[in-house]
Amino acid sequence: MLKRLMILMMALVLGGPVWAQSGPLRLTITDGVIEPLPFAVPVFEAENAEASQLAADITRLVSQDLAGTGLFREVPASAYISQHSAFAQTVAYADWRAINAQALITGAVSVSGGQINVKFRLFDAFSGAEMGGGLQFAGTADGWRRMAHKVADAAYSRITGESGYFDSRVVFVAESGPKDNRLKRLAVMDYDAANLKFLTDSGSLVLAPRFSPTGDRVLYTTFESGFPRINVLDVATVGRRQLTTAAGEMAFSPRFSRDGTQVIYSLANGGNTDIYRSDLNSGSHVRLTEAPSIETAPSFSPDGSQIVFESDRSGSQQLYIMSGNGGEARRISFGEGRYGTPVWSPRGDLIAFTKQNAGRFHIGVMRTDGSEERLLTASFLDEGPTWSPNGRVIMFMRETQGAGGTSSLYSVDISGRNLKPVPVQGGASDPSWGPLQP
Amino acid sequence: MNILSKVAVIGLVLTTAACTRPDRFGAGAGDGAAGVGAVDPNAQAGLTGANDPNSPLFFNQTIGDRVLFRIDTSTLTEEGKSILNGQARWLQTNADYLAIIEGHADEQGTREYNIGLGFRRANAVREYLVSQGVPATRLRVTSYGKERPIQVCSAESCYAQNRRAVTVISIASLS
Repeated sequence: MLKRLMILMMALVLGGPVWAQSGPLRLTITDGVIEPLPFAVPVFEAENAEASQLAADITRLVSQDLAGTGLFREVPASAYISQHSAFAQTVAYADWRAINAQALITGAVSVSGGQINVKFRLFDAFSGAEMGGGLQFAGTADGWRRMAHKVADAAYSRITGESGYFDSRVVFVAESGPKDNRLKRLAVMDYDAANLKFLTDSGSLVLAPRFSPTGDRVLYTTFESGFPRINVLDVATVGRRQLTTAAGEMAFSPRFSRDGTQVIYSLANGGNTDIYRSDLNSGSHVRLTEAPSIETAPSFSPDGSQIVFESDRSGSQQLYIMSGNGGEARRISFGEGRYGTPVWSPRGDLIAFTKQNAGRFHIGVMRTDGSEERLLTASFLDEGPTWSPNGRVIMFMRETQGAGGTSSLYSVDISGRNLKPVPVQGGASDPSWGPLQP
Repeated sequence: MNILSKVAVIGLVLTTAACTRPDRFGAGAGDGAAGVGAVDPNAQAGLTGANDPNSPLFFNQTIGDRVLFRIDTSTLTEEGKSILNGQARWLQTNADYLAIIEGHADEQGTREYNIGLGFRRANAVREYLVSQGVPATRLRVTSYGKERPIQVCSAESCYAQNRRAVTVISIASLS
């Protein structure tokens, strides 16, 4: 008891996630130092013999998802006092408390004719109570990873009070070949790099794909004609067409509005780059900036009322916010160095960006008024942040230095913790994190 | 120009494009003329070699097909202007050629910004060539940003070569 109290006090002092309980289990995610919350996830019950491999695989993936956040850690099965081999069995709370498993996740898997069924329950060992009701997910056997992600999302969400991000996909640029002969093609994968699928071939240069809000379409820049243009790609059919933009010599850096009906992008004419908005339904185009400087990398606020973008109108790249209809812009970045690639967080409270200063690149976040700037990473070249659907994690690309330099994807908590590579095979850049799947 | 030498010139354009054009993958000028690629350029090299002031080789090698820029600028240097004077004279003499000016940036900078910066550089070249009498209708500009480095080290010696605008010429009838 004393130890638990002390941890609680430390957590309060340090501002880390507070998991020591006075009431029901609740992990409040805040900034600062963290002591991961211990959980146990005994291998899910295989309700029939065919399900045993899947039950083991799903259990392992649930654990990986949760532990991978850095907010949780798994209590190893070797520490278990009692087993929990049957889904319906009564939970021996004292045995889980004794090994300090704060949360207990149990499940069962059955397979029948290529269909699988996954059941899940979550228990708060210290309160001795179930958290939320049981859940059940059904699907085809090849979708087992998604069902594991859904179980982990449910556990994450019940414990933290925030939505999860495990059952989500990322569209990105898969890279191969040497630096002066690099091939790039669009690819999509699960958030954990599983189920990679190519969406284009490497016949022409493609850049910076951006998911639609529902994940059904992707906007990207293509050099098919030798001049940058924007394509819209249907993820399911892989069919693509050129976006009709306002007239310009080049169009690039597109992004959807949160309702998926508008696209904002950069259009270049006569050496000058400005931001435009096109309506996908009406086909109308509006010019949003009119400056002789480079205006690019626009990103809508979640409610669509504002746009954050970068401009070098002050003489160097900085971040600005303007109305969704254009007009006056206010500068929000004032620190040392150059700021680019701003992305509005899904919660609306933060802007993620790339910062270049003193020969280094950083991924950072700031509030929408430019205050509370925090740099989360530093390297030779970190660039292009994208938000997890719940706004807790940022994925970005990191490129290594020199002739053999390659690009890969990393993720980091907005607290700056838990920086780690996303295990994509081969080079990867320009990630765009899609929504939590239905 | 008889038919034979014109075919030879086309072959040479393709060859030099393959050597100097940083975009080896995009459609651009190269793909449109792919059907003529079978012509052996070396067989006729004597007719249109680098010594022939009207040859694409002369344009690419003797005059110089590219100009370089200082860090994060699109201002032409005096050296760049003198190269462009030569380019302008050549383009005026060889009126059946079109040019695509490709702007590039080094790897110091974010992707989108570098596309905008490369475009500024390409446009600076276009404006200068126009000021020297090349009809604007024969010039197009594009930008590859930092996507097509020709030198791969992460040092100023390489960056200086990558901050460039390359004038890629092609026969009008092929474009």
